[in-house]
Amino acid sequence: MSMNREWTPNIVAFCCNWCSYAGADLAGSGRMNYPANVKIIRIPCSCRLNPMFILRAFQRGADGVILCGCHPGDCHYSTGNYYARRRMTVLFSLLDYMGIERGRTRVEWVSAAEGAKFAATMNDFVKTVTELGENKKLGDLRCKK
Amino acid sequence: MQKIGVFVCWCGSNIAATVDVKAVAEALKSEAGVVFSTDYQYMCSENGQAMIRQAIREHGLTGIVVCSCSPRMHEATFRKTAVSAGLNPYMVEIANIREQCSWIHKDMAEGTEKAIVLARAAVAKLHKNAPLTAGTSPVTKRALVIGGGIAGIQTALDVADAGFEVDIVEKAPTIGGRMAQLDKTFPTLDCSACILTPKMVEAAQHEKINIISYAELDSLSGFVGNFTATIRKKARYIDEDKCTGCGVCTEKCPSRKGLDDFNMKLNKRGAVYIPFAQAIPNVAVIDPEQCLKLRTGKCGLCQKVCSAKAVNFEQKDELIERQYGAIVVATGFKPIDASAFNEYAYNDSPDVVTSLEFERIMNAAGPTKGQLVRPSDREHPHEIVFIQCVGSRCTEDAEKGKPYCSKICCMYTAKHAMLVREKYPDVNVHVFYIDARTPGKNFDEFYRRAVEQYGVDYIKGMVGKVSVEGKKLHVQGSDLLNGEQVHINADMVVLATAIEPDPTARALGTMLTASMDTNDFFTEAHPKLRPVESPTAGVFLSGVAQGPKDIPETVAQAGAAAAKVIGLLCKNELTCNACVAHANEAACNGCSQCERVCPYGAISYEEREIRSPEFRGVRRIAVVNEAVCQGCGACTVTCPSAAMDLKGFTNSQIMSEVDAICR
Amino acid sequence: MIVNRLQELLQDDENLQFVGWEKGETPFDRTPKTFTAETLGNLCYDSFCGSNLSKYLLSQKTDKKTVVLLKPCDSYSFNQLCTERRLNRDAYHVIGVGCKGKIDGEKIRKTGIKGILSVREEGETLKIETLYGTTEIPRKDVLLDKCLACKGKEHKCADEVLGESEDTCVGDKYETVAKLEAMTPDERFAFWREELSKCIRCNACRNACPACSCIKCVFDNPNSGVQNKAAADDFEENLFHIIRAYHVAGRCTDCGECSRVCPQGIPLHLLNRKIIRDVNEFYGDYQAGDAIGQRHPLTDFTFEDSEPNAERKGGGK
Repeated sequence: MSMNREWTPNIVAFCCNWCSYAGADLAGSGRMNYPANVKIIRIPCSCRLNPMFILRAFQRGADGVILCGCHPGDCHYSTGNYYARRRMTVLFSLLDYMGIERGRTRVEWVSAAEGAKFAATMNDFVKTVTELGENKKLGDLRCKK
Repeated sequence: MQKIGVFVCWCGSNIAATVDVKAVAEALKSEAGVVFSTDYQYMCSENGQAMIRQAIREHGLTGIVVCSCSPRMHEATFRKTAVSAGLNPYMVEIANIREQCSWIHKDMAEGTEKAIVLARAAVAKLHKNAPLTAGTSPVTKRALVIGGGIAGIQTALDVADAGFEVDIVEKAPTIGGRMAQLDKTFPTLDCSACILTPKMVEAAQHEKINIISYAELDSLSGFVGNFTATIRKKARYIDEDKCTGCGVCTEKCPSRKGLDDFNMKLNKRGAVYIPFAQAIPNVAVIDPEQCLKLRTGKCGLCQKVCSAKAVNFEQKDELIERQYGAIVVATGFKPIDASAFNEYAYNDSPDVVTSLEFERIMNAAGPTKGQLVRPSDREHPHEIVFIQCVGSRCTEDAEKGKPYCSKICCMYTAKHAMLVREKYPDVNVHVFYIDARTPGKNFDEFYRRAVEQYGVDYIKGMVGKVSVEGKKLHVQGSDLLNGEQVHINADMVVLATAIEPDPTARALGTMLTASMDTNDFFTEAHPKLRPVESPTAGVFLSGVAQGPKDIPETVAQAGAAAAKVIGLLCKNELTCNACVAHANEAACNGCSQCERVCPYGAISYEEREIRSPEFRGVRRIAVVNEAVCQGCGACTVTCPSAAMDLKGFTNSQIMSEVDAICR
Repeated sequence: MIVNRLQELLQDDENLQFVGWEKGETPFDRTPKTFTAETLGNLCYDSFCGSNLSKYLLSQKTDKKTVVLLKPCDSYSFNQLCTERRLNRDAYHVIGVGCKGKIDGEKIRKTGIKGILSVREEGETLKIETLYGTTEIPRKDVLLDKCLACKGKEHKCADEVLGESEDTCVGDKYETVAKLEAMTPDERFAFWREELSKCIRCNACRNACPACSCIKCVFDNPNSGVQNKAAADDFEENLFHIIRAYHVAGRCTDCGECSRVCPQGIPLHLLNRKIIRDVNEFYGDYQAGDAIGQRHPLTDFTFEDSEPNAERKGGGK
């Protein structure tokens, strides 16, 4: 289907159920546009995001991965996003260190009331990843030649 | 292999206008495991649900994917539909093709393509789903009310009248709260004590209510239906059971330096005191900072004069641990500190007072026995200026003050003005106001009476400065309606200070994991539809802790909170979350890392007999308490061996979604 | 000296077992081994005993009280395994053995010396007997890479200490990490692809790593979503080393075993060291295995932690 169209990035957005997924819903009910190449996966909390999911997405051809969770201090489970924040900080830095552009990974705190922020974040993220182009690195980072 | 049914909803034109629903249904037919795929105008309608039920039965479906609106909207609906057709409710997945697709995209081809991907991801996840059964947990049939003001008392009475035990924890030595300090109440002008103290007595005498005064919540664990609270009962150095409240000790105490909190520090009291005549419990308390015996070891006069032998200088803080099914936050408010507003000369003159201080001055049981006199020289004032909105309705970037309207000030200022004019017609009363806000039953009539009948001089405008000039207070303000500056030489100035949540609220919010707004008011679960529940299950909100309100509103909310508590305590057991963590014992290292990140203390360890290809013998294994686990998943990511997984959001389920999206 | 002390211990309890090293087939080989009273004579401790015995302990039964020899750097891994409750501190009598840096046999070979028969240490000099005569090289030229990033001579966990230690650290251990950080993303990627392409998936790194101590590794756990055996996908193949590095984040003591055992010479420790450097910088200095019972930075937080998106060159400052 996408063969005859120009390349657009494939973006996986992990959203926590309580704030960001609701924020995404609000962006929807407010009819706020953002590109269709953003696909949302619902997780209970940002702390459920296993770094393996991000690696998997990149390896399978995602061009950018974003995690959205409750603002620090507002986590439904009180502390989940604090763990997520540390995990992602270390992971993103490691990926960067291996040559994966920092722009392909992002964490954004989006509350259930911030539909506009959700849409703006996605628009901005898609723009950044589009400028970086196709992610060829992680799909191709083979152990074997 | 599962047999999956896919149901694509049009949502009228909400989805169908930007997603080719037929194409989606058609595309999904070729997905592995999909044996049935269709579309319909309104899947959530009775007809739509009937169609799903019929398909489940006819095609022997093991799971269904509904492509529709957000799961936050109708996941519960379709789970019930599945259950009624004999499926496990957790064999339902929702592809959100409305909020996250049709409503945000304009191009039909784009929307359709994305909807297909989202549906595929849901199918991929469903392939890894397993039927789940939610556990149950028992409900402790006792409520904890934090705060013994009118809000807490009313909630406690209502809950207790329904037959449940209630503990009131009050940080002051007596219950009664702010309302006990008030003189008269608007708009009826009935005496505050006369309507409050019978309620206090009723609470004290209620066989189901246990008042724990001079106490605060020390720590809390557990979850809805099963909280365990540790309450710190502060040492009052008086045996509550022995003290008769005769008051002899309070008269004999030689220390006279303590400031009387009940009278807003307008007068001094002894180191041993009873906060006010109708205090409950009517028991003395010793202020350790003022008591000579406790500070220097010399004195002990109160002990000598106490015929009940109630004085005990050895008393220590006591920790009480109790179980509760529900918790009500009724921590109330305090007026903001007026000393930040020195443009009104609050720090420079004792004759500039706050409204609550004025309330005590006007009260017959107050420091002046109800005589309206200036605090500085005890002379009768002739000119009084009231300034409204002191610290309320400030701009967000203001250095001091609150952005919100404190809601009660317009009315109590009208009350003060009216009371002064009624009792002392010789006194001129001026009120500076921004707006007179009087939306309430009989409120505007009350305000108009103050203006029209009692001749209170309302001046629309703010006061720029109050300066002390000899015995007078020079008030300089603007009159916006007449467009002129106003100068008044007043004898007293009364500041209608904003109210703010009690300072104990912030720490309490953290302890309860109940969220708060930026002003430290507790947040309700839904601002309109669930106004007395906190987002944290089992925690309810009563009174000003949730936001500024007057007495009738507080009592109404207190009753509403009680109704919610009763609804909870009526249940014998609660259904737990089915999506809980679970450790695969063959892979668990027992390394304790999951325990460290669990916010609920739901993980413990057991020595278990393990028989796996890698290990045979007894090993330390993580065990999840399913009644306590809330399903956040923090443990699953911390687990180095992926032994810990989260039901409903397993590693392989989410990986399958990722794979489907990145296909 | 060490064997004498061990024999003394035997006099109090003849049922003791001992974990130490045994001489292998080549002049450089020293293999972890459990000894009894009878076999104790074969125990050897010299400058070739570079391997970390902590991981080896996991595979040994502890029905008998065990005496284990740990170099200063090994004691970190031992502590970490105790923290993770994989080892029971009470089951061991830890003898801290002195260490002045261990020798890398590969480095000797790479000097071009052929036909090596034996190696002798004389102070700072190595005397190497070969088929063609005796050669000498300075000891410090052939130390293991991990010894050049020595964590110091302190024993973090020892019931008694035998012998002197020396801190053999030279320069800044983060030097190479910093060099990589200074590169462009494409250069970094080229570096890692070049290195990781050499991997033959022999699993030596995972087998030697004391942090890779799971009873069932994620790479073998079908529920992890990582394992590939049945699904025949290439996720594990492609990303093995990133996954492994992240899995030991916060728990890696920087013992350097991964790189030491890699038959292809991949500098795997540079991944772990990057994480350690980040964690120290973002969350304060932390050394895994410094003491038993520590809470590692990724199972902890503060309200003021930095945000993941902060722009950092190569993940550095």
